[in-house]
Amino acid sequence: MKSIKNVTFKTMVVLSAIITFYACGNSEQKTTEANDSKKVEKEAEEVQAADEKKGVGKFTHVDISPTLDKQMADAGKKIYDVKCSACHRLTDEKLVGPGWKDVTKKRTAEWIMNFATNPDEMLDTDAIAQGLLEECLVRMPNQGLTDDDARHVYEFMRENDGVK
Amino acid sequence: MRQSELKTLSLLAIAFATTVFSCKPKNVSTTTSGDAAEKVYVAPGKYDEFYNFVSGGFSGQMTVYGIPSGRLFKVIPVFSVDPEKGYGYSEETKPMLNTSHGFVPWDDLHHIALSETDGIHDGRWAFANGNNTPRLARVDMKTFRTAEILEIPNSAGNHSSPFITENSEYVIAGTRFAVPMPDTDTDVPINTYKDNFKATISLISVDKESGKMNIAFQILLPGVDFDLARAGKGKSHGWFFVSCYNTERANTLLEVNSAKNDKDFIMAVNWKKAEEYVKAGKGIKKSVNYAHNTYDEHTHSATSVMEKEVIMLDPKDCPDMIYFMPCPKNPHGCDTDPTGEYIVGSGKLAAVIPVFSFTKMLDAIDKKTFEGNYAGIPVLKYDAVLHGEVKKPGLGPLHTEFDANGNAYTSMFVSSEVVKWRVSDLQVLDRVPTYYSVGHLSVPGGPTKKPWGKYLIAYNKITKDRYLPTGPELCQSAQLYDISGDKMKMILDFPTIGEPHYAEAIPADMVSKNSVKFFKIEESKHPYVTMGEKEAKVERKGNEVHVYMTAIRSHLTPDNIEGVKLGDIVYFHVTNLEQDWDVPHGFAIKGANNAELLVMPGETQTLAWKPEKVGVYPIYCTDFCSALHQEMQGYIRISAPNKNVPLQFSTGTNQPKFEEDKF
Repeated sequence: MKSIKNVTFKTMVVLSAIITFYACGNSEQKTTEANDSKKVEKEAEEVQAADEKKGVGKFTHVDISPTLDKQMADAGKKIYDVKCSACHRLTDEKLVGPGWKDVTKKRTAEWIMNFATNPDEMLDTDAIAQGLLEECLVRMPNQGLTDDDARHVYEFMRENDGVK
Repeated sequence: MRQSELKTLSLLAIAFATTVFSCKPKNVSTTTSGDAAEKVYVAPGKYDEFYNFVSGGFSGQMTVYGIPSGRLFKVIPVFSVDPEKGYGYSEETKPMLNTSHGFVPWDDLHHIALSETDGIHDGRWAFANGNNTPRLARVDMKTFRTAEILEIPNSAGNHSSPFITENSEYVIAGTRFAVPMPDTDTDVPINTYKDNFKATISLISVDKESGKMNIAFQILLPGVDFDLARAGKGKSHGWFFVSCYNTERANTLLEVNSAKNDKDFIMAVNWKKAEEYVKAGKGIKKSVNYAHNTYDEHTHSATSVMEKEVIMLDPKDCPDMIYFMPCPKNPHGCDTDPTGEYIVGSGKLAAVIPVFSFTKMLDAIDKKTFEGNYAGIPVLKYDAVLHGEVKKPGLGPLHTEFDANGNAYTSMFVSSEVVKWRVSDLQVLDRVPTYYSVGHLSVPGGPTKKPWGKYLIAYNKITKDRYLPTGPELCQSAQLYDISGDKMKMILDFPTIGEPHYAEAIPADMVSKNSVKFFKIEESKHPYVTMGEKEAKVERKGNEVHVYMTAIRSHLTPDNIEGVKLGDIVYFHVTNLEQDWDVPHGFAIKGANNAELLVMPGETQTLAWKPEKVGVYPIYCTDFCSALHQEMQGYIRISAPNKNVPLQFSTGTNQPKFEEDKF
């Protein structure tokens, strides 16, 4: 049996594939929000590191060292291999989800870690996440990452983006 | 319902047809109250109050319904194969159905017993009996899956099972069919029944932590038919009560020949005493052969072990362990009330319902108030152990459940009704029709020390005109009654799967909060797990080809496989990489002679496939998983053995070779 929540989400995904406008299910207001998200995302890309967007979830402030923590990055790679690599390339090529190249330059650590650990709420409320769903049409799954896992994966993303 | 029983009762049914039909209400409005719809309506998105774990009868499965809505949530495969879930088809689940007779893909699941602590439901396990090839199953209520199946040796027709003691110390398994014991000459004339056929009961211990079952001991008994049973509780904890019919020990035409004695028995078993005898070494080790199958949630695989020994107690070496209480007439149900003081025997062919008193029974044993013995086992005097009889309760009493207010509810098969009566003074308080031929009843918590009450569910054998016709075979059904007031009120009908026998209902929050959402991939100990797409591969070992495949929304890796030869056996080990609730992936291949796989998040399951023809075979995900589910597909190429195709596999890279030239 399907949980109610997920039936809704499956239905949503199907609907979104057919009629993008209704992808978020509820009201016109949300639809507008979702459309706006594209604009927001572009802006986000332009502002890059200055982006204040942190998404929704338990991460409100993450301390990031200017240099790479190799140990964390290695732990992150192991998680990537099992739980992420099926959908995300390390290049800018989109597979199921977007490629990871330069993701740490486009998004804040908080946003990435919130999305990784709290995808359902993010997809329901966060404009950038909703914009990405419109592009990819597959909801980012909750892969059961712990807080530490998320931090390690973020460090691996930084390594992938050239941080030494 | 056994065939013989059905026939006997049918005869009675004809005799009383006039009565029955004159009682039959003319239409539904006369039997349901005006607010029935409100009482059973569970609004979309809202949860039911109770889970109802229901036997699937001859489907061999266990079903889970919501109460009061009557909505079916799940069919849990137990004793029968289930192609929908790959149960009994995947390499991991095949051992679950192994027995001393080999792979047995079906059984007849009759009764449910939910685990208890201190005589109250604890929401951990649901036990069920296989009536045909004697087996006992344990379903884990965290995963809603069969965790263990134990074959019962020295048994035939495991009907009197799996009733449970108040701390789940033991589950009982009693033989319906007496048979020649395997350590004696089993090739004997059937009409030597009285000399050569024996019955047994087995007490199966349940590990407090893991739930793992073990046959603690068996008791060798005269060749009567054991029908149903209940453990004592509270003051009677330490005893089991078992209904016995065919005390005539007939081996043919039982509907006549087993109905000759005015009284058969309720057998009282002092299992604490039996434990002492086992400890004192009174048991004899018997050489047997039976399958013990367990499913491990870490390896996602079942193993089947053949066990070789049981301990058998013989009452002649173990005095004060077993007593018979006379009970009219071909007793079926044998139910103990929430206090543990009263034991209700339901003689199917009797005009009364006898209620026995545990205190009186102990007193009679103490004073040796016996009327004789049966095969050497003391028979207590009926009047000495009787609390009283419910007079004129109805026709064909079968089963009794209880509420928390001192009331009992007995099903009347022949007169198709439920009768409510007070345990203390045995007065009939109310009666309500069922449609039709009711068998078991279930009150939430009804068999425990703490009935949750509120509802009563009747499980009917026959539906006749109640539903839209579906050809010669009509549905079986359940009917829901509100028992919160003085009068029972029917509020819902709903069809069931297979013939429903016993069922238990438990408050939803005792179970729902423990529900497993997915299996953690990093904790998988499956020998063929693929920990991430990077590990996906195809390996050849002689003529075995092992495909380590991953599934995630929405692609299979690898999805192009070549270099497999006719004559190879291909094992698809599919790992679902998802780590979220409610995202199973299915896997199927054209022409496979078994079934699909349905792989839960974080789980690995294996489909074995022996291609019979050269060609390219499609594979795909069968469970709609995302907007791109229809794209979740691939191919495997099977080549002639002499064609030199190298083994290769990929996802996304096997592109046309001269793409540029084409444009």
